[in-house]
This record gives sequence, structure tokens and C-alpha cells, in this order.
Amino acid sequence: MLAASGLECVRGERTLFSGLSFAVAPGAGLLVQGANGAGKTSLLRIAVGLAPPAQGHVTWDGRPIRTLGEAYRREVLYCGHPNALKDDLTAVENVRAAAALAGRSITTAAARGALAQVGVAAAAELPVRSLSQGQKRRAALARLALGGARLWVLDEPLAALDASGVEWLAAAIDAHLAAGGMALVTSHQSLATRGALATLKLGA
Amino acid sequence: MSGGALAAAIGVLRRDLLLAMRRKSDALAPVFFFVVVASLFPLGIGPEPDLLRRIGPGVLWVGALLATMLSLARLFASDYDDGTLEQMALSPEPFVGLVAAKVTAHWLVTGLPLVVVSPVLALQYGLPADTIAVLAASLVLGTPVLSLVGAIGAALTLGVRGGGLLVALLVLPLYVPALVFGAGAVDANLAGTGAEAHLSLLGACLVIAAFFAPWAIAAALRIALE
Amino acid sequence: MSQRIVNWFRFSSPQSFYPLAGGMVPWFAAAAAVLAAIGLYIAFFVAPTDFQQGEAYRIIFVHVPASWMSMFIYLVMAGWAGIGLVLNSRLSGMMASALAPTGALFAFLSLWTGALWGRPTWGTYWVWDARLTSELILFFLYLGFMALQAAIDDARRADKAGAVLALVGVVNIPIIYFSVKWWNTLHQGASVSLTRAPTMATIMFTGMIVMVFAFWAYSIAVSLVRVRAIILERERHAGWVHELAGVAP
Repeated sequence: MLAASGLECVRGERTLFSGLSFAVAPGAGLLVQGANGAGKTSLLRIAVGLAPPAQGHVTWDGRPIRTLGEAYRREVLYCGHPNALKDDLTAVENVRAAAALAGRSITTAAARGALAQVGVAAAAELPVRSLSQGQKRRAALARLALGGARLWVLDEPLAALDASGVEWLAAAIDAHLAAGGMALVTSHQSLATRGALATLKLGA
Repeated sequence: MSGGALAAAIGVLRRDLLLAMRRKSDALAPVFFFVVVASLFPLGIGPEPDLLRRIGPGVLWVGALLATMLSLARLFASDYDDGTLEQMALSPEPFVGLVAAKVTAHWLVTGLPLVVVSPVLALQYGLPADTIAVLAASLVLGTPVLSLVGAIGAALTLGVRGGGLLVALLVLPLYVPALVFGAGAVDANLAGTGAEAHLSLLGACLVIAAFFAPWAIAAALRIALE
Repeated sequence: MSQRIVNWFRFSSPQSFYPLAGGMVPWFAAAAAVLAAIGLYIAFFVAPTDFQQGEAYRIIFVHVPASWMSMFIYLVMAGWAGIGLVLNSRLSGMMASALAPTGALFAFLSLWTGALWGRPTWGTYWVWDARLTSELILFFLYLGFMALQAAIDDARRADKAGAVLALVGVVNIPIIYFSVKWWNTLHQGASVSLTRAPTMATIMFTGMIVMVFAFWAYSIAVSLVRVRAIILERERHAGWVHELAGVAP
């Protein structure tokens, strides 16, 4: 269970938000919405532990994530704005490298399987440089198909995805939540998941 | 280090080496710089063999130092830009290990070629065979120190304007011990007084850097990612 | 007892430290002026003319205290920066940033007076003496710290990055000093050493100590003024700053 209390975020001179509290229980998801610059990405980065909040703290199963450290990071899968793909490696190599970072070593076949699930099997052996934006986004999301993390934190996952990609992601999130996982997602577009996600609106 | 941590670190090392192989021209640029710089000094100073032999150790060491420094900017920048650095920071495996792997890859791609090329350049300066051996040994011990200490500077200046020059200003003062002991070793061999003391001190610098630099680099990277 | 501890921490917020610093500045400034006057008097009128070096040696009354201060300030700066990094307190980071320019000034002063001393004494403006060379590298370390903080826009990130750099520098300074001494003893050549100062008569030592304290008081006064400016700049959106300026928020 992910919980945040009294979060405050200051970027440069502006206070983006303060006194923010929320909780995401197992099987539930939270959709964070707000205008550009309202602090959605900052909130996600604080939730994941990349940036410290100016005030407040984030807890996982009751313990602050700062003290949990690696135990927390093992349970989180974060897909940020940038795709976290190396342009000069193929999609398969990228997926295997990402899995290795998460402490798991997967075979080429397993990586191809994950890429097939997100619909880029045909482009799996091409350098990521030559993929379209939408294909890159799908390749970035292929890590979701590998499973293993209880909390998914996704920043604008729908960006550049076409209708079938959006459908796939909604289904993937549904399956993940049904299995007891949690999801924290920001999106400008609405996410057509079967179960409704709670929403959190940032900014005025 | 537990099995998972080592596997993750080796994964990062292999990935970086693979990337370097796919961009060979980028990877070889520092070596070419080293060769060019080493050739410039005689043009600026004059070709007298005795003079060149005298300045050879210092010039070659400074050349290797500058070549390493130029390659530092790219050490973390591309990972920072495409989001892979974030993923490394979020890895459940120790960040320090991953950082050490990246610096090791940097040394293998940048430092080791400098060591390999140095005997050829040493011939241009008329250094005798045993001095060349000491030069190579000093570079084998010294270039990892340059990579480790330089990586601290690269991490501190990630995404900051002023890039390469700022790294130089931060890192060059910290390079002084390696330069003194490294070039001093070669000088000592040339003068006949024996290079063991210098090489031992250089080795000590390497041990200290290998132990402490990864922590400073990891701290600086986390600050840059905030 | 716990009351006093609480009282000290009260001053760790920029808002409460600002007036405290303002109150302390005049005292330290006055002390600096008085001590400097005494020290310079001793330097120029009381200390006897040196047998070997004539009047020119008197510059050591500025050169040596400046060297000591430049090293001491780096330690203090690294200390504040480290505290700021560990305790995550803003004021400590501001203090480190405030100290840096003064430290750099003393390093430069030490180098400059070293050159001025060298010219009449040894016939050359610069010698690659171990201490002067270490001082030069220390000057570069200060410049690096200030350049790094100037290049980073976000104040908090600049504080933390500067802290890491200052701590790395502090660890490296003994190593650098040792390596420079090593280098210097190997390349004796025409070694003229500024460390071969005239044997110290008590009065000279006293004069130097007085100048050290004068510089110390000056550093504190100037750093407090500078940290007040940094506080105002960083906290300029806070209510208390608006009240101070008499401007409506």
C-alpha cells in the first residue's frame, strides 16, 4: 500500500503543490490529472523516490520509502517521460538490459515475447533509432509485460500511442490491478480501464 | 556483493561496451586527440632529441590527462538525456555498483586505448624501451584514477551549462597527484633513480579512488536527478 | 540544558539568523579594523629589519596569515557544506556559499604577496615552491566551487553539488599537498623556497598571529554580510522579507 502525506513540491521559485495526501491500496489505481506544469511528473518522481519532497513523506506498507531504500525499489516499476531506451541498441537488447537492471536476467525469447505483447514484434531486432515514436513508446512499456513489480508508476504512458496501444495498456493495467497490484498514472487522456481509477487533480 | 548486484553491474558494463562498439568513431576520438596533441608539442618546441626526451614523460601524461578529460562529458550525458540514468537510480541493485561498472566501461573504452597507443608515441620522443614500459605501467595505474576522479566532475555537472570547461576547472586540480606520480615515475626511470616509489604511490591513489570515488559519483548523480 | 540546545537550533532558520547576523557584523568589523591596525603597526614599525632580506620581508605579515586563512576557510566551508548535505539545512549551504569568495580572496592574496615577496628577494615573481604551488591549486579549487554553484540554476541543487565538491576537495587537499611536496623535492634545480623564512623572532610571530585574528574577524564580518544577502535573495518570496522591505507581498 502506497501512502503519501503532506507532500509539498517546490520547483525553482514556485510551490507546485503542498499538503498533498493520498493512498493507493492493493488492487486500486490512482489517476493524476492537471494542467501542464501543475506538478504531475514531479509528484510521480517524489512517489518513486527520485526527488525528495520539500515537506511530507511517502510510505510503503507503513514504512518511509527513504528508509526502505532498495526494498521499495524492488517493488516499483517506473516509466517516465523519456523512454529509457538506448537508440543504438535493438528493442530486444533494451528490454533485456532493463530487466537486468531490475535484478532479473531474461532470455532473448522472453524479451521477444514481451515485445510481441506490446505489438512491436516485427521491429524487435531493429535499433531503436529507426522505430517510430509510437513504437518506441510501446517498446518502453514492454517492461510491464514482464511483470514482477507490485506498483506501476507511469508518466504519460499514452503519449504517442495509437488506439490499439491505448487499449492494450488499459487491459494490462486492469489485469495488474486484478492481481492485487497498484498503479499510479498521469495522463491527459482518459484511461478506459474496466474498473474506474480514483482521480487526483493537481493545480487550481 | 550479492549475485544480483554483480549481475546487474556486469549487465551495465556489457551494455556500455556494446554501445561503444556501435559508435566506434565516438569511442576512438580521445585516442586520436592524444596522438595529435603528442605530435603538436615537438612542432611547437623544436625537434632536438635531448629536449624531447626530457619533456616526453610530462607531455605524454598531460596529453593522456586532457584526452580523458574530454571524454568525460559523454560519460553520463546520454544516459541522463534518454532516461536510462533514472532507471539505474531506481534499480533495486546498489547504485554504487552500477556506477562503478559505468566508470570501468569508460576506462576500458577510453583509458586502455591510451595505454596501448602510448608506446608508439613514446618512440616519437625517443624514450628508451624500459622507460616506455614504465610509461605504460604508469598509465595503466593512472588512467583508472583519471576516469574515477573525472567521473565525479562529470556527475556534478550533468545537464549544467558550461559543460566541458566547467568539468575541466573542477577536475584538473584533483588530477595533480596522479600527474605528479605518473609523470614522475617515468622521469625517475629516465634519470636512473627507479620508479618503484612513484608507481607505489600511484597505486595507492588508485586504491583510494576506487574505494571512495564511486560513492561520491553516486551521490552527485542522485543530486543531479532530483 | 535542553532549553539552550533548543535555542541554538532556533537560529538555524534563515529568518531568525538574518537579524542575528546583522547584529554581529559591526562587532567583527570593528575587531577586524582594530586588530589589523595593531598587526600592521607591529609589521611596519615594531618588528626589526631582517638581516638578510631587508624591509621586503615584512610582506610575510600578510602573506602567511593569508595562506593560513585560505586553508582554514576551505575547511570551514567544507564543514558547513557537509552539515548542510547531511542535515538538509538550507542555512548551512548558504554559509558555505558565503565563505567561498572570501577564501578565494585570501588564496589570491597569498599568491600575490608571495610574488611581491619573491621579486625583491629572489629576483623572480613566481617560483614553483611546494607551498605556493599548493596554494595555486587551492585557489583553483575555490574557483571550481564558485563556478559550479554559479552554473547551477536551482539553489538547492547548487548547494548539494557544491557540498559534494567541497568534501571531495577536502579529502584531496592533503593528497595534493603531499604530491606537490614530493614533486618539489625531486626537481630541486634552482630551488628558491619561500618556506625558508627568517627565523622567527617572537615579535614577528606575535605580529603574524595578530594579523591572523584580524583576517579571521574580517572573514566572519564579510561572510555574515554576504550570507545576509544570500538569505534575502533566496527567501525573497517569503512574507518576512516583504515586511522587511516594506513592500506588500
